[in-house]
Amino acid sequence: MFRTWRQKITMTDIMVWIIGLSIAVVVIWGTISTLQSGKYSAASWFDLVIKGLALGGVYALIAMGYTLVYGILRMINFAHSEVFMSGPFTAVFLANALQSNGFLSRQPLLGMLAITLLSMAVSMSVAILVERVAYRPLRNAPRLVPLITAIGASFFLQYTFRGFYGSGFEAYPTIEALNGYWRIGAIPLFKTQAVVIIAAVVMMFLLYAIVMWSKLGKAMRAVSEDKEAAALMGIDVDAIIVFTFALGGAAAGAGGILYILQFPVVHFYMGFIPGLKAFTAAVLGGIGNVPGAFLGAMVLGLLESVGPNLFLDGLGIPVASQLKDAIAFIILVFILIFRPSGILGERLSQTKV
Amino acid sequence: MQNQYTDWKQALRSGLLGGAITVLLSLIGIVTAFSNTYIVNKVISFGELLIVGPIAALSLVAIQKARARHPGLLILTAIISGLTSGLVILALAGLGQVINLRAMFLNASNDLYAIYAYKQALVPGLLLRLLVSGLVGALVAGFTLLPGRIKAAISQGLLYVILVGLMGRLIGTVLNTWGFVAILFKWMFVANSLSPIGAIFLFLLTGGLAYWRYGRPKTKQITDPKKQKLVRWGTLGGFGLLLIFLPNILGMWFSEILDNVGLFILMGLGLNIVVGFAGLLDLGYVAFYAIGAYTIGVLTSPELGFFNLTFWQAFPIALIMAFLAGVLLGLPILKMRGDYLAIVTLGFGEIIRILVLSDWLKPWLGGTQGIQRIQRPVVGIGEFSITLQSQQQLYYLILAGIVLVAFVAVRLRDSRLGRTWMALREDEDVAVAMGINHVATKLTAFAMGALFSGIGGTLFAAKIGSIYPSSFQFLVSINILSLIIVGGMGSIPGVFVGALALMGLPELMREFAEYRYLFYGAALVAMMLTKPEGLWPEARHRLEFHEEETPPPEESEAVPESA
Repeated sequence: MFRTWRQKITMTDIMVWIIGLSIAVVVIWGTISTLQSGKYSAASWFDLVIKGLALGGVYALIAMGYTLVYGILRMINFAHSEVFMSGPFTAVFLANALQSNGFLSRQPLLGMLAITLLSMAVSMSVAILVERVAYRPLRNAPRLVPLITAIGASFFLQYTFRGFYGSGFEAYPTIEALNGYWRIGAIPLFKTQAVVIIAAVVMMFLLYAIVMWSKLGKAMRAVSEDKEAAALMGIDVDAIIVFTFALGGAAAGAGGILYILQFPVVHFYMGFIPGLKAFTAAVLGGIGNVPGAFLGAMVLGLLESVGPNLFLDGLGIPVASQLKDAIAFIILVFILIFRPSGILGERLSQTKV
Repeated sequence: MQNQYTDWKQALRSGLLGGAITVLLSLIGIVTAFSNTYIVNKVISFGELLIVGPIAALSLVAIQKARARHPGLLILTAIISGLTSGLVILALAGLGQVINLRAMFLNASNDLYAIYAYKQALVPGLLLRLLVSGLVGALVAGFTLLPGRIKAAISQGLLYVILVGLMGRLIGTVLNTWGFVAILFKWMFVANSLSPIGAIFLFLLTGGLAYWRYGRPKTKQITDPKKQKLVRWGTLGGFGLLLIFLPNILGMWFSEILDNVGLFILMGLGLNIVVGFAGLLDLGYVAFYAIGAYTIGVLTSPELGFFNLTFWQAFPIALIMAFLAGVLLGLPILKMRGDYLAIVTLGFGEIIRILVLSDWLKPWLGGTQGIQRIQRPVVGIGEFSITLQSQQQLYYLILAGIVLVAFVAVRLRDSRLGRTWMALREDEDVAVAMGINHVATKLTAFAMGALFSGIGGTLFAAKIGSIYPSSFQFLVSINILSLIIVGGMGSIPGVFVGALALMGLPELMREFAEYRYLFYGAALVAMMLTKPEGLWPEARHRLEFHEEETPPPEESEAVPESA
């Protein structure tokens, strides 16, 4: 009995648990001291929560691309952050053109729809192109090979768009219809954030419906279970993979527009950090799992928005919001250590990890 | 695979693709940027080559995929492909006249259209371009129909002309510092590129050599072991002498480049252990580099004034810190594989950068302002001591570091530990079943890699004298990863080749700096698609990737088939 216990728990486990526990202690201590100091009112906490949910909505849409592709090809589409970037970075020119001829203020809904559709179309094309050029020839290569290709494709795309549109920042016009806020009782709710949350939820539901209830979605799930068997059942595996990339790309393009509603500046490097966070969200929720991606993204958005103030402010760390990205990555590391299957994921088998 | 397109359609497809690639390169801005980088002075620029190159390459594809065998039909196919590409280019230029593409694409400028039109009036110039595109197709077709010997001669000649032309700046600068040799070669070069006569001479020389050598057996192998040893030590010694005198030959500016390349070689050797030997894809390698550099900075900088150690006192502490960081990161992530490991290490690299940048740690690490006035290393005792400061002096420090690290890397590779790393890389489950302790083995790989990266960081701090968080971006990790992959994963000479190709070449062509990461990205993808084992592959990897192509060695023939 004692022997088996000793064999199961190694030095590594003990070290990992010590690191984990010490971080937990710091977090709890920070939380208690923040709450005791009473620096923030209930209204400001509410504000942070809404902000977090809006951010989470964007992460959810990007995370879809990671999760769908991972589900089918068992690879991290590293270039997905650039798929996300390409949409809004291209659509900014349409937005500015519509703004300068006054269309956007006359018909804000139609204008936004056009911008979103363009963004989705561009992201989708980029995703399909990357699949065709970089991933398809490597279907049966060793695992490290497509991953390195993906990193290469990511950099190639970043600097291609830098070459296209320049290395500077492009600003989206402000949409007047979305200025200001609604009031729920005494608490103000910013219109942009409300719109972003609603749009993200609707789109996530649409994606879920496509994956779960449409015929293509069924085929997708079949391919993700077993490629050979799916092919034998008459499913065109290559076409389904292209469809998966297209779906993920379109979601990322839409997510890009929701992102610029909150941070209206685009540049060629904008995809990197949101892409990484979305991947974290996908892993947090359980990669390969659509509702999981949504849940993980919302949790991550909340932690990132509330976390610095709640966990770190009480410890006397100045400008704690600078560390919000570090929080996200530390979360990622610890999920992968303690529960690599994520919140909703089934236990991943050895072949998948 | 059977080609499902007819030759006509294949030619059109190739042509469209060639045109699309040219247009892509143009819109990214490479064509314009290189339009004044001449390969042959005032005759062919690198930009022109970037327009013609894709057209020629895709014409070749069209010919290879064509089913027709009649030479006339092949030439027709290639011409159609070339003309189609030309039409695509014309379409871009035409579109640019009708609507203002420049509002969106920065590089769709009149300069670009002028380059398309050979700086002539637009309409006749573009027609000329179309003609040239068709001609390129025809020439490519004609080339493929030539006998092998002439083909080899022409391709070799062209290759050398392009290479020497691109290296014009390096050659020009070296010639300027070496006046008496320069007289012999000066007529070949004009303004950092080949002169037309020089180009023709070089083409005939190298092409002629290839023509002469075609079909002849390669130089005799030396079989006598004593002689072999002599030759090996001779080349090593000569190479060593060259390395020692290199900064004096090349001068200040190139020494700076050599220093940078050297630092990347140093770190590449470390990452090669982690990625190449042990097969752990580490994307947060820059973290250890930062830890090494910042430890030196904090310990030696009088500006912060905590310790005020000298460089050599701080050096071992920095190495220990990097090593410990490697162990600390290694411990929790050992259970992960492949993709997850990559992302976690990437996250770790970002965490380190965010911490260094933050106001929280500013009193200790300097925040965005970084750390200035880092102590330079002092070599020698008492009155004979020199502070290593100039690029040329630091070169020797870096060279010493590389020699040391390369020696350690070679010894590790051939050791028992190195073999266990490779066993883990090939198949973890089998390796563990064979009794390899995978925790300890992976951990040593990670920690050794971190240690080497830490050495790189300390030398970087010594070289620059001040460090900023912006020097430790994710891009550094990508640089190092790219160079070991281009060189060949797991191959030690490959690291040198990769570093020279990826770090050295872009420095030699200033215009290139802007497009460096574009090139790296493309190189990573292209290497993985065509030559995943790298430019100078490790023997084992070469076998792994080309098992079907190369016949197995003799022993399989010797064993009679009993089954």
